[in-house]
Amino acid sequence: MLIVSLLVASFVIFAAIYLAPGNPLAALSGGRTIPPDSLRILEQRYHLDQPFFVQYWYWLGNALHGNLGISITLRENVSDLIASRISTTAGLVLYASILIIAFGVALGVVSGLRPGILDNTVLVITAVSASLPAFVAAIVLILVFAVQLQWFPSLGNGVGFFDQVRHLTLPAVALAVSSLAIVARVTRAAIREESRREHVQTAVSRGIPTAQLIRRHVLRNAAIPIATISGITVASLIALAAVVEVVFGLGGLGAYLVKSAQSKDLAVVQGISLLLVTAFVAVNVLVDFLYAVLDPRVTLGSRSQ
Amino acid sequence: MSIAAGTATTVARRRAWSGAQGLTSPGIVIPIVVIAAATIVAIFGPLLAPYDPDLPDLSQFFVGPAGGHLLGYDGQGRDVLSRLLVGARTSMIGPLAVTVLCMSTGSLLAVAAAWRGGLLDTVLSSGLDILFAFPGILLAVLSAAVFGAGLIAPVLALSVAYTPYVARVLRGAALRERAQQYVAALEVQGASGVAICFRHLLPNMAGLIVAQATTLFGYAMVDLAAISYLGLGVQPPTADWGVMVAENQQGIIQGYPIPSLAAGICIVLVVVAFNILGERLYERSETRR
Amino acid sequence: MSPSASLLEVESLTVRLPIEGGMREVLHGVSLEIRPGESVGLVGESGSGKSMTARAIDRILPPGAAVSGQIRFGGRDVMSLGGADLKKFRGEVAMIFQDPRAHTNPVRRIGDFMTEALCTNQGVSKQDASRRAVALLKDVGIEDGERRLHQYPHELSGGLLQRVMIATALLTKPRLLLADEPTTALDVTTQAEVVGILDTLRSDLGLAMLFITHNLELAAAICDRTIVMYAGQVVEVRQSNRLHDEPLHPYTAALTAARPSIERTAPRLLAIAGRPLSAFEAPETECAFAPRCPYAQDVCRRARPSLVELDGGMTRCVRASDLVGHMELSAHG
Repeated sequence: MLIVSLLVASFVIFAAIYLAPGNPLAALSGGRTIPPDSLRILEQRYHLDQPFFVQYWYWLGNALHGNLGISITLRENVSDLIASRISTTAGLVLYASILIIAFGVALGVVSGLRPGILDNTVLVITAVSASLPAFVAAIVLILVFAVQLQWFPSLGNGVGFFDQVRHLTLPAVALAVSSLAIVARVTRAAIREESRREHVQTAVSRGIPTAQLIRRHVLRNAAIPIATISGITVASLIALAAVVEVVFGLGGLGAYLVKSAQSKDLAVVQGISLLLVTAFVAVNVLVDFLYAVLDPRVTLGSRSQ
Repeated sequence: MSIAAGTATTVARRRAWSGAQGLTSPGIVIPIVVIAAATIVAIFGPLLAPYDPDLPDLSQFFVGPAGGHLLGYDGQGRDVLSRLLVGARTSMIGPLAVTVLCMSTGSLLAVAAAWRGGLLDTVLSSGLDILFAFPGILLAVLSAAVFGAGLIAPVLALSVAYTPYVARVLRGAALRERAQQYVAALEVQGASGVAICFRHLLPNMAGLIVAQATTLFGYAMVDLAAISYLGLGVQPPTADWGVMVAENQQGIIQGYPIPSLAAGICIVLVVVAFNILGERLYERSETRR
Repeated sequence: MSPSASLLEVESLTVRLPIEGGMREVLHGVSLEIRPGESVGLVGESGSGKSMTARAIDRILPPGAAVSGQIRFGGRDVMSLGGADLKKFRGEVAMIFQDPRAHTNPVRRIGDFMTEALCTNQGVSKQDASRRAVALLKDVGIEDGERRLHQYPHELSGGLLQRVMIATALLTKPRLLLADEPTTALDVTTQAEVVGILDTLRSDLGLAMLFITHNLELAAAICDRTIVMYAGQVVEVRQSNRLHDEPLHPYTAALTAARPSIERTAPRLLAIAGRPLSAFEAPETECAFAPRCPYAQDVCRRARPSLVELDGGMTRCVRASDLVGHMELSAHG
């Protein structure tokens, strides 16, 4: 099912050049005037003389081989341009994911197990942070940590591993803040739900100590919905990362996507979009897989039910 | 405290708590007040603004609060407060459009699928499942690249991206309603499918629909503000909260955080209000069932 | 019947639960005793408090419950047990539940489920525990125990799962087994099998049992004594073999009469008019069963009756001595 989604998505991405006002050639050139020779090259490359689906086929085939066309603005291979930027985005998403899962689950577990003031506090915090768009969180972070406290840089990628990590910290936190809330909420709900189940009562009646009870019967069972929501959240990070990259001036895929969209460099937009959608679907497939592993009652592919 | 003890205390406390969740509880009243205020500003913004939001005073770039300008000047010498007040309109109209489009399309699809069942349901559900693969923002960026920047393309793109989720939630509720006995009774009496759907099914789902719409507005606002921030939505020099955050970002580094921050805070306030309200409404629609 | 010989003594147990904003009684002054090796049936309709009694004994009441009265197991006060004593208690009193599927963790293997308590509380090694588990599975009629240990609950049928539950309960060599409607969720054939297993094992191991059910005949079949509960109170205690023919309380008679029997034909199915009450719904000024009782007279409505001895059993009916022997088949629908 997800593969079908991917195909449809790629189709939509491809068809974009036809949806644009004007003919495909104009779209591909992004509204610039281009010498006739170059136009002919474009025609050939995109097989514009062929029927629609044949073009799609060529495009997809090329994409699968890593050939995503040429950027109009930079006159380089899109694939190369992507390759140089992918590590930043991947690093950012990874960093943010770690933060989200670690803090989200921790907060959820704590508030799920101990109702009371702590729980209510967490509820309020998550309600607010869920409403915090990543870019607003970003500028607040810049204000506090970069400008006032000078702990972290506010711009750029940095050089060398540790410096890069330092540069990625504020962006990762900005990304994590709004997504943390839903992971914490779902974790809390799952813990609550699992604590109430009858098999927990059975374990209590057999004298299983509380700590072990929580670990083996509550957490282990709650891991299923927690893993699912974590996976979905990480998948959505892939798109949200773009905004954060722009705020912090990071040279990642997302920032480049936005710039290309602004300058109407369609080949690049298509290439990056395709990559991002693929990544999104890949993460979802991983979540499906994880779900089947964690829950012995489930067979692969039935999560969407 | 054992788990069991803790859980029960929660149950007991939640019962007390939910008693307070009538329509006059703080959890509902405060967000409504905030939203009402924002709406009033959105409608009457230009009338409320003390200064012309678009007229720059070229001698005052990034000046703090001073002489009648409560929030100071922005990076181009314009009064920040006025721009905020005027910007409410564009910041809220996009999400409104998205919400209206999504909820109407979503509920129609959901009810149709739930009512007819069979092939229609399978086709619609599969079709909607496929659309799930597209994150909203990505689709919006793509459409901005294709159709050019502006408000319309992202609004449509976000609507397309959100509808599957809305339709799925509402389909579940519609199926539950459809299984109720009164529906069978009406069918036996000869009422037409369309009549049943519009006069009974949808109204009984109203609570859920409103709750969903409220939450959706919040999400749409966040996404659209982000799109405008990126320069792919509302274009400068139009006053819009997302745009303002971007325009004045330099100010933060230069020591004048107010213009950018104020716009950000406006966004957050309104979104928080919608989220909290949506949550409470959702709880109420759940307990009704 | 000296008190010190009893394994379990419950005295004036009153339990209140937080229901709909207030603390409401679900058990009122329940007293019972079980001697070592004795099997006692606890019968009643929904809301009679039978499950709650077992949970009170096993100390797994819903949180927020208020308990008064005394529960003594082996002479020791159960409610005040803590720490290691409580753990020991849990090993000596085992409980099996109505829905085995809800009471087993779906993501853990059967082997884990069975050996958990042994390994954790008694420090038995996993191999030893598994071996014991396989042996017990054989006792409950499951031959390929080794294979079953590696399976998950969803791979077993309800009947099999209930047998696993029984085997698990017996692993810690308890002295008292609390069985809360263990066969209600099973089909009739499986019911008979499971009951048979319970009965055999029980007598083999000299295990005392409290068998909770709404089926009077079932309780009478495998229990030496039967206790009948209504509206959170004990209304009759009787030797099982005399319960059917000479009940001491109109409610028991009505339960017996209401059960469709193959042996006789009747123009209508007999049912007891009205609905069963919970303890907090029963008025304190009269006999709780009076509104539904065909023999109720003024004396029944004057005060709440107390439990008195009669003819070798106990009854809470003030008219019992008059009515004994005249109550069968006379409940009216």
